[in-house]
Amino acid sequence: MKAADFRYERPASVADALALLGDEDRDAAPLAGGQSLMPMMNFRLAQPGTLVDLSALDELRGIKRDGEVLRIGAMTRYVELVRSDLVAECVPLLALALPHIAHAAVRNRGTIGGSVALADPAAEMPALLLALDAEITVQSPTGTKTHAATDFFLGMYDTALEEGELVTEIAIPVAAETDRFSFYELARRHGDYAMAGVAVARRDGSHRIAFFSISDRALRATGAEAVLDAGGGVQEAVAALSELPFAGDLNAGEATKQHLSGVVLTRALEAL
Amino acid sequence: MSDTANISVTVNGETTAAAVPVRQNLVDFLRNTLGLTGSHVGCEHGVCGACTLEVDGAMVRGCLMLAVQADGAQITTVEGYGDRAEALRAAFVEHNALQCGYCTPGMMASALEYVEAGGQADRAAIREHLSGNYCRCTGYQSIVDAVCDVIEGESA
Ligand SMILES: Cc1cc2nc3c(=O)[nH]c(=O)nc-3n(C[C@H](O)[C@H](O)[C@H](O)COP(=O)(O)OP(=O)(O)OC[C@H]3O[C@@H](n4cnc5c(N)ncnc54)[C@H](O)[C@@H]3O)c2cc1C
Ligand code: FES
Ligand code: FES
Repeated sequence: MKAADFRYERPASVADALALLGDEDRDAAPLAGGQSLMPMMNFRLAQPGTLVDLSALDELRGIKRDGEVLRIGAMTRYVELVRSDLVAECVPLLALALPHIAHAAVRNRGTIGGSVALADPAAEMPALLLALDAEITVQSPTGTKTHAATDFFLGMYDTALEEGELVTEIAIPVAAETDRFSFYELARRHGDYAMAGVAVARRDGSHRIAFFSISDRALRATGAEAVLDAGGGVQEAVAALSELPFAGDLNAGEATKQHLSGVVLTRALEAL
Repeated sequence: MSDTANISVTVNGETTAAAVPVRQNLVDFLRNTLGLTGSHVGCEHGVCGACTLEVDGAMVRGCLMLAVQADGAQITTVEGYGDRAEALRAAFVEHNALQCGYCTPGMMASALEYVEAGGQADRAAIREHLSGNYCRCTGYQSIVDAVCDVIEGESA
């Protein structure tokens, strides 16, 4: 199907974009890479009155190191992250996971900010940001706010982002040499949304474990983290997953999701 | 009436100006307005890869980009790969890497990106790179054979 009609704007500044998004008569939506929004519009699941194309906002693009944080602009494309030496050096977990996010042609346009704003429960990025203890900066006409990733993803396609706000930046702590990371997902076809997946980070003996595609949102497994922090083994950590609010989707039911969570965690920990 | 916008694009080396409905996607503009029907349209939601074409040096889904977003861009479609894809075309023919041909324009685009980026003749890596392109006929084996051949031929 084709998208319903809309008006199209390509503002030249974030301030102009926010003004368009804040105009209630327009019923406007931001367009980033379009790799999720365009399919939704073609299916008429989304019918914004005005599309506010963010592609001219160079101020939202780029990857830079700022002391012990890596700052990534919301409009930075996956392909730029894949090719970035800074990402490989400062956030090895991202480098491990990026090849699993969609297909090359989708990565050529899809953006990190689009994935964060969308909060698809099957997407890798929200879980990666939970495991990495990242921060998400959003901007509204009245100012700028920063959310911890742990407070940002609230439910299925639901985030702390308010109407008319834009995600502008993702800040990720730079990894220390002794940090260890692991990533594992099960997908029917490489690049498809996973049936279950997990990202693990270990820093100074402390673990962060975040799952995706097992519930209505990306989730930390704090019970399993505590088991590992206390020196427990893989089996014990897997047993601790039973506390998570598993939810089925088109791929698999709740029981299968729970089973697969144990599988992906086991494989990720073996590789840690 | 749909909103329209004036764009100027360079397609396969030729610059064209046009007024496009803003809701029109890029692949429909190329097919219906410019008559370049080489790029195919399957799913219109980014999954099948039949519409994959090159915009400013990157292979993208023609169904997930609006024509208005291509204003000022350099676009290359299967009609325009020319010498760049000569070896791939020959290998596709030699290996029977197409049957109905529906997936072929997108498959060529993705394969070309892989080869030009210096991809290795590694079957798993090739399959990974082509994972976003469905083929309902060949079973992929012959397509991977063709891409391997091109890479091995170039390094020989
Ligand atoms: C075939 C296919 C396979 C895919 N597989 C995967 C996969 O395996 N894993 C995965 O994670 N994703 C996958 N995706 C989705 C892809 O990664 C998307 O690109 C991504 O989720 C959204 O990024 P985008 O830049 O395209 O955003 P858009 O599609 O442009 O926008 C998504 C949503 O976020 C809003 N938005 C965008 N940017 C901002 C911003 N800066 N501030 C506020 N709101 C904003 C938009 O209004 C829209 O609601 C797949 C897509 C396709 C087509
Ligand atoms: S038609 Fe564009 S990916 Fe299927
Ligand atoms: S040759 Fe028919 S779909 Fe690939």
